[in-house]
Amino acid sequence: MTEVAKTTRFLDYAPAPESTSILHLQKSYGLFIDGAFVKGHGKSFQTISPSTEKTIAEIANANAKDVDTAVAAARRAYDRTWSKLSGADRGKYLFRIARLVQERARELAVAESLDNGKPIKESRDVDVPLVAAWFFYYAGWADKLDYAGLGPNPRALGVAAQVIPWNFPLLMLAWKVAPALAAGNTVVIKPAETTPLSALIFAEILQQAELPDGVVNIITGAGDTGEALVNHPDVNKVAFTGSTAVGRAIAKSVAGTGKKVTLELGGKAANIVFDDAPIDQAVEGIVNGIFFNQGHVCCAGSRLLVQESIHDEVVDRLKTRLSTLRLGDPLDKNTDIGAINSREQLERIRELSDIGEKEGADRWTAPCVIPDKGFWFAPTIFDNVSTSSTIAREEVFGPVLSVLTFRTPAEAIAKANNTPYGLSAGIWSDKGSKILAVADQLRAGVIWANTFNRFDPASPFGGYKESGYGREGGRHGLAAYLESAGWSAPAIGQKK
Amino acid sequence: MVGPRDWTEEVTRLAVPKTYKLYIGGKFPRSESGRTYEVLSKKGAFLANASLASRKDARDAVVAARAALAGWSGATGYNRGQVLYRIAELLEGRRDQFVEELVSSEGVTKAAATKQVDTAIDAWVWYAGWADKYVQVAGNGNPVSGPYFNLSTPEATGVVAIIAPQEGESLLGLVAVVAPAILTGNTVVVVASEASPLAAISLSEVLATSDVPGGVVNILTGSPKEIAPWLAGHADVNAIDLAGAENLDWVDLQVIAADTLKRVLPPTAGAPAPSLERIVALTETKTVWHTKSLI
Amino acid sequence: MGLIGTDLTEKSLRLHLEGLPGVDAVGLEQRAAGLGTRSIKTTSKAWALDTIIKLIDLTTLEGADTPGKVRSLVAKAVNPDPSDPSTPRVAAVCVYGDMVPAAVDALGSSWSNGKDDGINVAAVATAFPSGRASLPVKLADTADAVANGADEIDMVIDRGAFLSGRYGLVFDQIVAVKEACRREDGTYAHLKVILETGELNTYDNVRKASWLAILAGGDFIKTSTGKVAPAATLPVTLLMLEVVRDWHKLTGEKIGVKPAGGIRSSKDAIKYLVTVAETVGEEWLQPHLFRFGASSLLNDVLLQRQKLTTGRYSGPDYVTID
Repeated sequence: MTEVAKTTRFLDYAPAPESTSILHLQKSYGLFIDGAFVKGHGKSFQTISPSTEKTIAEIANANAKDVDTAVAAARRAYDRTWSKLSGADRGKYLFRIARLVQERARELAVAESLDNGKPIKESRDVDVPLVAAWFFYYAGWADKLDYAGLGPNPRALGVAAQVIPWNFPLLMLAWKVAPALAAGNTVVIKPAETTPLSALIFAEILQQAELPDGVVNIITGAGDTGEALVNHPDVNKVAFTGSTAVGRAIAKSVAGTGKKVTLELGGKAANIVFDDAPIDQAVEGIVNGIFFNQGHVCCAGSRLLVQESIHDEVVDRLKTRLSTLRLGDPLDKNTDIGAINSREQLERIRELSDIGEKEGADRWTAPCVIPDKGFWFAPTIFDNVSTSSTIAREEVFGPVLSVLTFRTPAEAIAKANNTPYGLSAGIWSDKGSKILAVADQLRAGVIWANTFNRFDPASPFGGYKESGYGREGGRHGLAAYLESAGWSAPAIGQKK
Repeated sequence: MVGPRDWTEEVTRLAVPKTYKLYIGGKFPRSESGRTYEVLSKKGAFLANASLASRKDARDAVVAARAALAGWSGATGYNRGQVLYRIAELLEGRRDQFVEELVSSEGVTKAAATKQVDTAIDAWVWYAGWADKYVQVAGNGNPVSGPYFNLSTPEATGVVAIIAPQEGESLLGLVAVVAPAILTGNTVVVVASEASPLAAISLSEVLATSDVPGGVVNILTGSPKEIAPWLAGHADVNAIDLAGAENLDWVDLQVIAADTLKRVLPPTAGAPAPSLERIVALTETKTVWHTKSLI
Repeated sequence: MGLIGTDLTEKSLRLHLEGLPGVDAVGLEQRAAGLGTRSIKTTSKAWALDTIIKLIDLTTLEGADTPGKVRSLVAKAVNPDPSDPSTPRVAAVCVYGDMVPAAVDALGSSWSNGKDDGINVAAVATAFPSGRASLPVKLADTADAVANGADEIDMVIDRGAFLSGRYGLVFDQIVAVKEACRREDGTYAHLKVILETGELNTYDNVRKASWLAILAGGDFIKTSTGKVAPAATLPVTLLMLEVVRDWHKLTGEKIGVKPAGGIRSSKDAIKYLVTVAETVGEEWLQPHLFRFGASSLLNDVLLQRQKLTTGRYSGPDYVTID
C-alpha cells in the first residue's frame, strides 16, 4: 500500500481503494483477431502498473504477419458481413456495446487505473462513462448517415487502421471505433504499448455483444506494429492520436496512397484568465486544466496566461489550492494525482522541468509525499515564464504549469496563438462579449469558456495547425469515415 | 508607298500588346527574378511573355496573403458574398475579352470559349451565394450533457496555396479552385496553368478593379514544378490544394507538406465541379463551450 | 473600516460589493461535488461524527413551540444518546426569542452561562424568519432575547432591501442589531447573520451579502432560516467559506459559518466537514467557527455512531425523538 499524502490532521481520508478483485485478469493475452484471441508472433511484453511497477499481464506483440492477418480479417468482415448490414443493425450492435460497457463499468475503470496510473476517481467518473456515451451516441447515427450533412448516399471507406495513445486508453478506443463502425467501416486498432489492458477486456465485451468476427480487431504491440498497420496497403483510412512527431511521419508515409488520414496530435493550450474572471472557479479550472490526468492530456491547459494585474493573487490561490491535492495510489478513491504512465514519460517531464529551471523560471512544487515505488511527479508550477522559454513552447505532457502574463485582451490572444499548435484554449471572464470575441480570434479547435477539459460525444474535438486535422465527436466526427460521390452541385448550365 | 497616311483607309490596326505580370498584394509586379517565358497559342504562335515566378515571388505572395487574412476572414459572410458577386458582375462585363483570349490561347472555338466563360461566371455566382450560408450547413450546436452552450462553427483555415488545373479550361479551372477557397475568408496563392496563364492574369485585372482587398488572391504564373515545392514546404501556408498537380511529383509535394502538417487536397481530373465539400475542406471546425447558469 | 475608506457610505459600500469577483455557478457546483467524493477512514469517521454533534445547534422554530417542547429539545441536547454516555453534547439549542427563558431553565447547570463549557442558547431574532418589521421592532426583539439570557443571536438580513440595492440600509441594520446584543456588563451576545441564500438566489448575491455581513460586524454568516427552500447547500456553503478564507487572508480575523436547514444525513454533514477542511482548514471545525443548524441530523449521526460501536445497522427505535 503506497503512502497517501496527508494534508489534514483529523480528517484522514480513507485509503478506500477500489478492489482489484473485480477483475478477472488472464496471465497473458493474445491478439484479438477475427473474433477470437490468437497467438501473436512478435516478442511478447509485459504491461505493468506504473504506481507499483508490478507486472499485470503478458501481452502479445503483433508482427507484420499478424498485422496482415488482422487487416485481412477486417477486409473479409467488411466485404462479407459489415457492409451488407443495414445501418439500423450496425446501430444495434453499437447500442449493445454501450450497454455492456455500462454493465462492466466498474471493472473497466479499475483496469484502466491499474494499467494507466490515473486516479480511479477519473476513470470511474470521466473515462468510462464517456466511453459508454460515445458508443451510445454513434449507435444512433448508424442509420441516419443521409442526414449527416456530408453529402448524399455517404458510404464507408472500408478498413480503418487506428493507432491510439496511452493517456485515455479506453476512451481513445471509443473515439476511434464508435464512429468508424457507425459509418460502416471495419477496424484494426492498436492500443498503446503501455496501456493495452482495458482494450483487451473490451474485446471480451465485443464477444459478449456478438459483434460479427473481424469487424473490430485489436492488435497489441509497439511502434513497429503501428507502423506496419498504418502502412498496410489494404487499409483505406488511417486515424492516429499521439505525438506530433509520429503524426508527421504518418502523414508522410500515406502520401500518394489514397488513404484518408486524420490526426490528433499534441498541444500547448493557453488557459487565459482575465481580471474579471470568476476567480475561485478560474483557479479550479487551471488546476483541472493541467493536473487532471496528471497533465497527460493533449488539450491540457499547460500555459496559464493570467492578466498581469491579478497575477500575484491567482498564483497565490493556486498554490494554496494545490496543497490540498492528494498524490498516491491510483486505486484510492481519494487520490487526485495518480502515477505518471511510464519511466520514459517521467524522464521526459523531469528533463523539461530542469530546462525550465535552468532558463530562469521560478519553480514551485506542491508538497506531496512521493511513494518509493512507481513513477510520480508532484504538481509543479513555473512562474515568470517567458514566451521564448522551452517550457512555454514544448509539450511537457505532465503535471507542469507554465505561468505567463498579459496586459490586454489583444496581447492575450497574440500570445495564445503564438505556437505551431492549435488544439485547445480556455477563457475565464465574467464578460460574455469579451469571451465571444476572444473565442473568435483564438486559433484552436476547442475553446472552453469558464470551464476546461469538458468532453462529450456530441462535441467535435480536434486541432488547428500542427495539432492535427480532422474532428472526433459530433456530426463532424463521421466525416473522417465516410465519402460521398455526390458532394457536388449539379453541373452549372446542365439540366439536373 | 510614300506620302501621308490616309487614316480613313481600312488597315489592320497595330495592336498594343499586354504585358502579363504577376498579381501579388493587389499590385502587378514583374517577377523579382526578372525572368519571363513565352506563352504560345495552341498552334505555336507567340502570344506573350509571361512572368516566370520565382520562389521569392512565392514568398512575397505568401506574405501578402497572410497580411490580408485578418481583414478578409474578419469580414462578414454577407460582405464577402457581395465582393464575390461583384467579381461575377465584372466578369460578365468582360465576357468578350475573355472569350477572345481563350480562343487564341486554348485554340478552342468561340462557342466553346463562350460556354467556358459563362460556366465560370455562373460558378462564381453560385459560390458567392454560399459565403453567408456555409456556416449554417457545416456548423451546428451540439447537445452536450451538461449546463453548457456548445457550438461548432467552420472557420477559414488561413493561407491556401493552390496549383490550378494545368490543362483544359484555364479560366474555369482557375475559378473552380479560387472561389470556394476565398469565400470562407481564406487568402490564396495560386500557381496558374503554365501553358495557358493569360486567363489568370486577366482575371487578376478583374480582381484588382473589384472590391477584393489586395492580397486575398495572389496569382503566380510560371512553372508549378519549380514553385510548388516551395509553397508545399512554406511554414506559413496552412493548406495546399493540389488540384492541378497530377502531372507533378505530387506525392513528393504531399510529403513535404506533411512536415508542417498542412491540410492537403489531392489532384482532381480537370476543373473540379462546384461543391460544398470543396468549401468545407478548406475550413477548420472550432467548437466553443460556455457555462450556462441562472444563478 | 480601513478597507473601503474611513467614511463608509452607501455608494462606497456598493462599489466595493459590486467590484467583488463573480461566481461561475457551474464551476462552483462542480467543485462542491468533487469535495463530496472524499471518503473518510473509519477512525476518522468516528471523530467526524462526534465533531458533527459538537457543532450542532439543535433547533426548534415552530409557531407551535411550547415550554414542554423546548424542555424535550434541551433534554436531547444534553443527553443525545441515553444508551451511550460517551456521546458528546451539541453546541447550542436554537429557539425563538420568547422561548429563551424556557431553554435556560431547562438547561440548568448544563447551560454555558458565559463560560466556555456547556451548551449555549441561541435565539433567532429580528422578526425571524421574514425580517419584515421596522428596525425598532427588530431591535426590541433582539434586546429581549439577550436580556433573557441568549448567548447567541441569529438575525436575518433585510432581503428586500438587499435585492433592491439598498446595501447601506442592510449594513446599518446589522450594526444596530450588533449593538442591541450588548449586555449590561459590556459583553456582547454572539451575532450570526442569516443571509437567506434561497431568497438571494444568485451566487453573486451570496458573495456580496457575505462580505456585507462581515464588514458590518457579524461574527458568523449563516445560510438560511430553514423556512425557505433551498436552504443550505454544499455549493453555497463552499462559497461562504471562500469569503471567510479571503477575509482571514486580508485581515487575520476568523469569521464563522453556519449552514442551516436541509442537512439531514451524516453523509451530507461529513461532506460539509470536508469542504471546511479543504477550504479554510481544520481549525474551523470548532464550535466557535462552524455550526450546523439542524434538528433531524442529530439522530442520523447517532444511528451511524451506533453502527460504528455495535457493528450492525441501527434503527429509529434506538434513538430518541425530541
